[in-house]
Amino acid sequence: MTRRNWVKSILRLVTVSLIVLYSAFPFYYAIVSSFRSGTDIYKPAYFPTTFSFQNYVSIFKNQPFAQNIVNSLIVASAVVIVSMVLAVPAAYALGRVKFRGRRLILLTVLGTSMFPQIAVLSGMYQLIQSLGLYNSLGALIVSNLMLTVPFTAWMLTIFMRELPKEIEEAAIIDGAGPVKIILRVFLPLLWPAMASTGILAFIAAWNEFLFGLTFVVSNENRTVPVAIALITGTNQRELPWGNIMAASVTVTLPIIILVFIFQRRIVSGLTAGAIKG
Amino acid sequence: MKTAMPPQNYARVKTAWLFIAPMLIVLAAVAAWPLLNTAYYSLTNARLSDLSDPSFIGLRNYLNYNGYRWSGLLTSPIWWKAVLNTLWFMAVSVSLEVVIGFGVALVLHHQFPGRGLARVISLIPWAIPAVVSAQIWSWMLHEQFGIINDFLMVIGAIETPIAWAAKPSTAMWAIVFADVWGTFPFIALLMLAALQTLPADLYEAAKIDGISPIKVFFKITLPLTMPALVVAVIFRSLDALRIFDLVYVMSGRNPQTMTISVFIRQRLVDFQDIGTGSAASMLLFIIGALVVIIALLTRTLRLSEVNES
Repeated sequence: MTRRNWVKSILRLVTVSLIVLYSAFPFYYAIVSSFRSGTDIYKPAYFPTTFSFQNYVSIFKNQPFAQNIVNSLIVASAVVIVSMVLAVPAAYALGRVKFRGRRLILLTVLGTSMFPQIAVLSGMYQLIQSLGLYNSLGALIVSNLMLTVPFTAWMLTIFMRELPKEIEEAAIIDGAGPVKIILRVFLPLLWPAMASTGILAFIAAWNEFLFGLTFVVSNENRTVPVAIALITGTNQRELPWGNIMAASVTVTLPIIILVFIFQRRIVSGLTAGAIKG
Repeated sequence: MKTAMPPQNYARVKTAWLFIAPMLIVLAAVAAWPLLNTAYYSLTNARLSDLSDPSFIGLRNYLNYNGYRWSGLLTSPIWWKAVLNTLWFMAVSVSLEVVIGFGVALVLHHQFPGRGLARVISLIPWAIPAVVSAQIWSWMLHEQFGIINDFLMVIGAIETPIAWAAKPSTAMWAIVFADVWGTFPFIALLMLAALQTLPADLYEAAKIDGISPIKVFFKITLPLTMPALVVAVIFRSLDALRIFDLVYVMSGRNPQTMTISVFIRQRLVDFQDIGTGSAASMLLFIIGALVVIIALLTRTLRLSEVNES
């Protein structure tokens, strides 16, 4: 290797290390902190020195944190399922059939997916109230649909459009109806796209904060992000940082594992949604 | 096209509408209806405690003159402070995200052993819920026990710990740190995808001609990836415009650091003032819509998928 190449390699090693350190350190530090209890946590430590599960025990014992996780799972799963059921047929129509008004609908769907949640908060509150859903998980399922339905429909339309024309034509010639075409022809091909879209929609619903904070007031019905934001301890002056870090690690670890497993799907979903938009 | 439709196409279009209808009905219920409702409330004196029968008061929530003095949202210094905070936050954090995100993309674009792993690790911050990043960064930036003050003191950059949360200016920076950390992966991802589409022979030619890497970046890479960068900036700016979670968790409802979204929720929920809160919501909606419309009109944002039809 020439000297120039050496310099280049070392420079790359340094920049890559910095990127990895910057990306991973805050979460690493949360993990280290979550295992430090009592007064230990108040001594800054770069490496794990003590190991205690006390913070984890505390969040599950003193707070309804297990219930919060179940709530988040119920809301996010329900939202993803409903979004898929609505979006798959709509995406078929928008992606495969030419008709007047299609552009307008696509623009509406895209526009809705860019809505700021806060801009509809009072109107949404009225909707939730009139449906009698205030302070229930139903309130969060209904309101989260505003985030996930347009997103899911848009993504699936893009994927639907990329599938070759011939596969459908063969099925039409065989006399298959549209429902059969979707179920037999498109669904098997659409699985990868549905997986990436579903994961992204799930993460969006899992992380949602504003509606969760506003439409649910009792501790038992809260979702995870709201519970984490509102953790308070017995000490009025200082937040229970150990508990907060333990809760943060508990809810983030599954998502990070999801990212590691489905990295490719997530990346293709994110880039397709943005670049082709 | 004015050609008559064959009958089977007619049936196809009918089915298409049938398939779209359920989604449209749900969108009308959970998006259009709340938006229209908010627009209506912004013209009334509705209170959170009783939404049933508000009276119509025109534009008075926005601006009102009673013969002596002006009142309404547009004359409220707290509202304008929130607008300024939001614009400052948007400008600073989106700029930093673009620089860091693009930088990371350029580094991770090259082949090197362990690149796959480095790419996944750089996605971690994106996957972390905003509330969790807010808590982690608050903890790292804690005045007495925070690791960042500790580190800065160890390397001798500061003498005494910085009280990040105490002053509005440093508190805003703390929010920027958390936001940039959470969103640079998104920009890096988009830019990586854009970099992959660049023709390799262009770079070969530049290399043979001995053109400096800096010049290559500004003459080839940047112009060719500009469309993707603009899309990323618009998406991020729209997100920054409605920033809520980080601000709410990291600095609460302090008027000095309040952004538009935090202002709106405070009016609506804490002050129970649905009228003014909805008026502020509409203004935010209009600002966001303007950003999108300007981007579309100046053709910086192209809806290729939509226009294809």
